[in-house]
Amino acid sequence: MGGIKGRLALVGLVILLFLLPSVLPRFYTYIIALIFVTALLAMSLNITVGYGGMFQFHHGVFYGVSAYTVALIITKTKLPAWVAFCAGPVAAAIAGLLIGGFCVRLTQLYFGMLQISLGSLLWAIVFRWYSLTGGDDGIHGIPMPDILSSLKNAYYFILIVLIVCLYLLYRIVNSPFGRTLQAIRDNPGRCEAVGVNVRRHQLAAIVIATFFAGVAGVLFVVLEGSVFPDLLFWVLSLEVFIMCLLGGWFTFAGPIVGAAIIVSLRTFVGMYTEYWTLILGAILILLIFFLPEGVMGFLMEKFAPRLKAHVVEERSRAQG
Amino acid sequence: MSVDLASVLTQLLVGLSRSMILFIVSAGMSFILGVLRVPNVAHGSLYMIGAFSAFSVYNYFGGGSTGFWLALLLAPFLVALVGFVAERALFCHLYQREHLMLLLFTFALMLILGDLVKIVWGPEYSSIMPPGGLKGSISIFGSAFPKYNLFLLVVGPLVAVFLWLFTNRTKVGKICRAAAVDREMVGALGINVSWIFAAAFVLGCYLAGIAGALVAPTVSITLGMDHDIIIEAFLIVTIGGLGNMWGALVGSLIFGITQALGVLFWPQFAIVFPYAAVVIVLLLRPRGLLKSVW
Repeated sequence: MGGIKGRLALVGLVILLFLLPSVLPRFYTYIIALIFVTALLAMSLNITVGYGGMFQFHHGVFYGVSAYTVALIITKTKLPAWVAFCAGPVAAAIAGLLIGGFCVRLTQLYFGMLQISLGSLLWAIVFRWYSLTGGDDGIHGIPMPDILSSLKNAYYFILIVLIVCLYLLYRIVNSPFGRTLQAIRDNPGRCEAVGVNVRRHQLAAIVIATFFAGVAGVLFVVLEGSVFPDLLFWVLSLEVFIMCLLGGWFTFAGPIVGAAIIVSLRTFVGMYTEYWTLILGAILILLIFFLPEGVMGFLMEKFAPRLKAHVVEERSRAQG
Repeated sequence: MSVDLASVLTQLLVGLSRSMILFIVSAGMSFILGVLRVPNVAHGSLYMIGAFSAFSVYNYFGGGSTGFWLALLLAPFLVALVGFVAERALFCHLYQREHLMLLLFTFALMLILGDLVKIVWGPEYSSIMPPGGLKGSISIFGSAFPKYNLFLLVVGPLVAVFLWLFTNRTKVGKICRAAAVDREMVGALGINVSWIFAAAFVLGCYLAGIAGALVAPTVSITLGMDHDIIIEAFLIVTIGGLGNMWGALVGSLIFGITQALGVLFWPQFAIVFPYAAVVIVLLLRPRGLLKSVW
């Protein structure tokens, strides 16, 4: 994102995004807002998957925990909605600390499996606890503060939160902490040897990632006004994982592209045929065969080969 | 709530027969995981295809006992064929690629197979009947117990014995086990590893097909049955030890029995019990109960 040109393009893009809801019909505004929410979720996952090299298989749980926290505080207590909005990410981060604390004792596939089982436990509880969570019906019609009740205002709220979060995430991955995390991904043994506490760094990464997943969960409630147990189901988690791989998990902006592609595919292909997952599956297979570095990896190769070479180097190091 | 011994024992039997289905599914997944080192996300879809094709074969032969036995015989082969085509056409070109890409491929396969089932069989609920001799129920400990579940209790161990014979007494099985431990060495000995992988994948799919056909008379066959079984099979394979067949058996027993007892003691949260059991096992033995082949 270096250079004055890049910065200008970024500012232009932000201004464009702020103008969009005045021009676009309601439905498209909603879809773009949904892409923002999903993009933030995918970005937060990429902290652990792309930068941390961990098999964070059940990231959706933290998104769901936050969304349910917000929904329950608003509907069951008298506290103002803003308190709920702050409590959501904190609840997600606490869940991340608890689940991640067990997971970092393991590596690779076992890490992912333990996370799936712990996450599924939470899903099963939410799915069954009718008196509290509404079970498989979920909670609908969650009242929002007046200022967020119109779609346009919700869009602006989501956009501003997204920009702040992306800035923070960008600073985090480029901080000394982020660098250490990437070093752990590339060679955990050597990091251990030079005195880096590998597990503590991984756990910190999980807590950060789950916090931002929690922010995405809050934004989801703001946009949809409802929650349902599918938010915590493993299918959603895998879908988010796919977004990272699809967009390019070795680039900062890759997951945004992946989220945009999957959300628009589901919306627009879904309008014409009910078999949109078939088309998604076919696209994925084409991608695996022809664009293994993801969409962003491909674009970088086309337009910025020097940057690409750097990414490829990182990749081969990560695999070695 | 009064829980007498008889109902506990009956419920245990129900759990055991459920475990047998889980075992056959997770043994197939474990086998693929052990040899190919890929968690096959599409395994649940293959199980679903097994159930749906059992339904089709059953109706094609006019139902009844003949229909059922032929369905049990033919449906797994159909599933194995689907697996074979997917493996030879696409999957086998990816073995050199990194691990996550293989996982991604099986996910794509799951999406495609799920929709293909919707196109071929439609979204309606279907069901088939068990054959004449296995209909109805018999009285055990004073309460009724379906005969078909007893049949499952016989089939499960049979499958385990055949799997054991295959992996320990046949040449292909032994090569598969060797490939699970050290694939480079197997390749260096002049064995075509790609075809061994194909054999392992097809065998895994065949097992998924058997489980699908076996479960067909006990449940309503519907879209979405893949999503539920896949996560259960994953967890069973993990607590048993990745790639270990006996581990899959132990895991299935834990999963099936805790679920059955959960139904008895706290029906509302019955599905929480097996997940909690898995979590406890993984906290005590993070790498699974039995030795992993990895």
